[in-house]
Amino acid sequence: MYAQLVKSTGEGVKSRDEMTGEERAFQDRIDAGEKIEPRDWMPDAYRATLIRQIGQHAHSEIVGQLPEGNWITRAPTLERKAILLAKVQDEAGHGLYLYSAAETLGVSRDELIEMLHSGRMKYSSIFNYPTLTWADIGAVGWLVDGAAIMNQVPLQRTSYGPYSRAMVRVCKEESFHQRQGYAIMMKMAFGTSAQKRMAQDALNRLWFPSLMMFGPSDAESVHSSQNMAWKIKINTNDELRQKFVDQTVPQAEYLGLTVPDKALKWNKKKGGYDFSDPDWDEFFQVLKGNGPCNRERLDARVTAWEDGAWVREAMVAHAEKTRAREIAAQ
Amino acid sequence: MKRKDALFEFLLRMGDNTLVLGHRISEWCGHAPVIEEDIALANTALDLIGQTQLWLGLAAEIEGKGRDADALAYLRDAWDFRNLLLVERPNGDFGKTLMRQFLFDAFQSVLLARLLRSSNRQISEIAEKTGKEVAYHLERSSGTVVRLGDGTAESHGRMQAALDDLWSYSGEMFTGDAVDATLARAGIAPEPRELRAEWTATVGSVLASATLMPPGDDFAHLGGKTGEHTEHLGFILADMQFLQRAYPGAEW
Amino acid sequence: MSSEWPLWEIFVRGQHGLNHRHVGSLHAPDAGMAIRNARDVYTRRNEGVSIWAVRSADIAASAPGDKGPLYEPANTKVYRHPTFFDIPDEVGPM
Repeated sequence: MYAQLVKSTGEGVKSRDEMTGEERAFQDRIDAGEKIEPRDWMPDAYRATLIRQIGQHAHSEIVGQLPEGNWITRAPTLERKAILLAKVQDEAGHGLYLYSAAETLGVSRDELIEMLHSGRMKYSSIFNYPTLTWADIGAVGWLVDGAAIMNQVPLQRTSYGPYSRAMVRVCKEESFHQRQGYAIMMKMAFGTSAQKRMAQDALNRLWFPSLMMFGPSDAESVHSSQNMAWKIKINTNDELRQKFVDQTVPQAEYLGLTVPDKALKWNKKKGGYDFSDPDWDEFFQVLKGNGPCNRERLDARVTAWEDGAWVREAMVAHAEKTRAREIAAQ
Repeated sequence: MKRKDALFEFLLRMGDNTLVLGHRISEWCGHAPVIEEDIALANTALDLIGQTQLWLGLAAEIEGKGRDADALAYLRDAWDFRNLLLVERPNGDFGKTLMRQFLFDAFQSVLLARLLRSSNRQISEIAEKTGKEVAYHLERSSGTVVRLGDGTAESHGRMQAALDDLWSYSGEMFTGDAVDATLARAGIAPEPRELRAEWTATVGSVLASATLMPPGDDFAHLGGKTGEHTEHLGFILADMQFLQRAYPGAEW
Repeated sequence: MSSEWPLWEIFVRGQHGLNHRHVGSLHAPDAGMAIRNARDVYTRRNEGVSIWAVRSADIAASAPGDKGPLYEPANTKVYRHPTFFDIPDEVGPM
C-alpha cells in the first residue's frame, strides 16, 4: 500500500544458488519467522526498500492529517470535535512511530521529510482527494482507515522488528478510527434526507479511490515477489482489495447506501464479490501529481516545515546555551 | 444581581474561554513546526474541548431552560459569547500561539486553584477534575516560551513581538464586574483583581527566564466578558457553527 | 545551523508495572522536552507513572533483541476504545 511506486529490485527473487552465504542465512531467518533487528546484517536492497516503504507509510500518516484536519473547526458537535481531534492526533503519533522505525535503518527523519517535500518520496494516493462534506469525514474513517487496517494487520508479521512493533501499536489504535467513521456514517445514513444524500455522495466519490489504495493489480505488480519473499509485503494487492470489498459491501448495505459499481455482484463460486477495477489511468495521474489536492497537500507540508524552521532552530540554540551554562557553572 | 444569573454568566465565561481557545489551537492540526508539537497542540485542544463540555454543560444545567453544552456552543451568536478577547486573537506564528497559551494557562491555573475552594460543589469538582490538565498545559507553554524567548535572535524577536501584541489583552482577566462581585460575595468565585498578583509573579518569572520584557503600558482591552468582541469571533463562529446552522435539527 | 533535533529512546513504567519498557523513540531538543513529548506521544491513553528519556546516541547495545512491548490502553478518553462505538453485530467485524 505504501509501496506505491516502490520499485523492487526488479530482478525477481534470487534462487538459493544465486545467493551469497550471507543472503542465504538472512533468508533462512526470515523463513523461520525471526525478526530482523536494526544491527543485523541485511541486503542493501532490503534496507532500501524498507526505508522507502516505512518512510512512505509515515508520510501518509502525516499528510493524512490534512483532509481530516480541515473539518475539526467545522465539526458539528463538541463530541465530534473531540473525537476527530483525537483521531488526527493519533495519526501524527503513527507517523512518529513509523519515522522512528525508519530511522533505525540509518536514515534521519529530516532526510525523509526532505525527500517527501522534493517529491522523491510519495504518500498514499487517497490523501490527494478532497474532503468536501462532513460525511467525507465519516467515509474516510470507514473506508480509508478500513483499507489501512486491512493492510496493517498482516504487517504485524512483517520481518523487520521495528516496523512490526510499530504496526502492533498502530493496529491497537486504528480500530477506534474506523469505528468513529462508521458511527458518523450511521448517524447520517439514518438521519435527515440531506444527511443521507451527503452520505451517499461521500461513498460515491471515495469508493474507487479507496480501492486504489491497495495499489495496481497483481498482474501489473511483477516486481513484488522479492518483497513477499522478504516478508516486507505479506499479501498481494488483489488479495487485500478483494478482502476489503467483501468486508465493506455488507457495511454499506446496512447503511442503506449503494456502492457506486454497477458490476458489483456476489460470486457464489468464489465466495466473494465480483467488482469493477478502479480507473487505473486516474490512479497513475494522481501518483504523477495531477490529483485534486496534490499541490495543496504538499504545499501545506512544505509551508509548515519552512514556517517552523525558526522554532526548531531556536530550541536547539536554547539547549546549547543551557548546556554551555551548566558546563561553565562546574 | 441575581445569583443564578451571575452563576450562568460566569460559567459561560469559563466554557467560552476553553471553547474558543481550543478551537484556535485546533487550527494548527497538521501545520505545526514538528510532529511532536502537532501532537502536543492537539492534546491541548482536546483537553480544552473536554473542559468546555464540563463548563458549558454546567452552565446549561444552571440556566434550566433545556439547552445543553452543544446548544450553547453552536447556536449562540457572537454577542452572547463571554470569552476573554485574548483567546479569540488570531494564532499568528507558533510563537504568538504559545505566548497566548502561556498567558491564559497562567491565569487559568491561578483561578482554578481558587475555584477548588468554591462554595459551589459542582464548580470545585470541575476545578479538581481539570486541574492536572491545566498544570500540564502551563508546564508546556511556559517551557516553550522560555526556549523560544532565549533561543536565537530571531525567536527572541518574534516572542517579544508576540508579548507586545498580546499584553494589552491580559488586563481583562483581572477586571471585575457585577457578576464577579455577586459570586465573590457568595464565596463561589474570586474577585478577578485578587488573581493579578500571583499571575504577575508567575508570568514575570517565566518572562525573565525567557529574557523577555513585558510592556510598561497597562492598558487593557475590554468587552469579551460582556459580549462585545473583536471582529475575529464572528469568523470563528461562522466556521464552527456552519453545519448546525445549515442543517437545523439534524443529529450528528 | 542544523536545526535537527536529537533522537531519544523512551522507556515507560506503567501504573502497575515493575520495570521501564522501551516504547519507541522521538525527537526533542533537550531532556525536559523529551519527557514532555514522551508523555504526549506514548502515554496518551494512560498516565505512565515514570518516563525515562535517553539520547539514542548514548545507548550502548550488545546485540539487537528488543522484546517488543505491548501497549496497554486506558480509560480516560473513553471514545478511543473500539468498544465505545456501538456498531451493530450484523455489520460484521470492525
